[in-house]
Amino acid sequence: MVSKWLEWLPLMWEGLLITLQVTFLSAIVALIIAGAAGLCRISRLKWLRGLSYTYMLLFRGISLLVLLFWVYFVLPFLGIELSKMAAAVLAIGLNYGAFGAEIVRSSILAVPKGQWEAAQALNFTSAQRMIRVVFPQALIRMLPPMNNLMIELLKATSLIYFITLTDLTYQAMILRSLYLPQTAQIFGLLLILYFIIASVISLLARLLERKLTAGRM
Amino acid sequence: MWDWSYAASILPRLLSALQATFIATAWGFALACTLGLVLAVLSRSRFVLVRLTVDGISEFIRRTPLLVQIFFLFYSIPLLTGISVPALTTGIIGLGLHYSTYMSQVYRSGIEGIDNGQWEAAKALNFTPVRTWSAIILPQAIPPILPIMGNYLIVMFKETPLLAAITVVELLTTAKNINARDWRPFEPYTIVGVLFLVISLIVAFLVGWLENRMKQRYTR
Repeated sequence: MVSKWLEWLPLMWEGLLITLQVTFLSAIVALIIAGAAGLCRISRLKWLRGLSYTYMLLFRGISLLVLLFWVYFVLPFLGIELSKMAAAVLAIGLNYGAFGAEIVRSSILAVPKGQWEAAQALNFTSAQRMIRVVFPQALIRMLPPMNNLMIELLKATSLIYFITLTDLTYQAMILRSLYLPQTAQIFGLLLILYFIIASVISLLARLLERKLTAGRM
Repeated sequence: MWDWSYAASILPRLLSALQATFIATAWGFALACTLGLVLAVLSRSRFVLVRLTVDGISEFIRRTPLLVQIFFLFYSIPLLTGISVPALTTGIIGLGLHYSTYMSQVYRSGIEGIDNGQWEAAKALNFTPVRTWSAIILPQAIPPILPIMGNYLIVMFKETPLLAAITVVELLTTAKNINARDWRPFEPYTIVGVLFLVISLIVAFLVGWLENRMKQRYTR
């Protein structure tokens, strides 16, 4: 029994690395887009607000798997060839960026009016007001929902199995074909691995939250 | 590039595949609502062991991918029990089970919004637990959370393409099949994307309307 598990480890390890890589890269893309779109959404410029609104509407309304298929299979047809990794990171980043933008927007708007007015009274420019006063406070509000979003993003990386990127899920499917009678154990192990990664993400987010709120509340 | 007559020729087949997508969404949602309620009630149990077990299982399901859960159900259950379940049913169970853990959180927020006096009144009137829940608590807890439940309906609808992994012939599988036949990915995948977008936007609009109605009703 234990020796079987040891035989599975090398493949699972390779898959784990790909899953972590895709999670990390698409999380960065998603967070950057979320920040940009969330800020644009409350911009004074009407066209910028409209652009960001359209982006959020489109990419929250579409199914991630369909988006992934579109990016990976249709873009080459239109002359844009992406590697599997790039297609995965782009699709996941765009999709979760749209959800993250809503978190950024609502957290910024949730900062009490008095803070905005105080910054204005001190003659801060609007960029200074955002960077020094509003955003740091909004960031603390963003952390818990962003934590949940990152766990959703990790779970979503399992979809890259469909474009045959060799992540954890893909490797488990290969192992399954080699060790058919142990199917339940393989998928059980796979579930536990995802649970552990998700728990680590959650732990890191809590530590960050504690660090940022230290001395504030 | 975009061939309208080709798009028109594959549209009927794609539209008829919507049926399986809708069936999976509707039954999955019904299961999630029912099971979510059970989880929410159990996680308020008097017994610590029941609470811990229910919360632990919910947390585990919520932190693992739906796709892997569906694979687990589809490939392991027949091996472990000898019962083979049709792919669509497996998919519905997977969807329902996964989202019941989210739905239980929604119910929980509704239940926690109820004033303590309501529980005390039920106790004072000597109501049984069943009657307390069905006549006092739930009729007040559920209407305010209907819009959030509606949002999860949209989320579940968008997750149904995952069932393509276990051979369910829904919208995405049909697009894949068409692409395998004609080697034209552009039209089928784009139509599928647009269909998902349009339907989720329509439902989102209805949910927004429901939310406004609920707000009016509860702020009076």
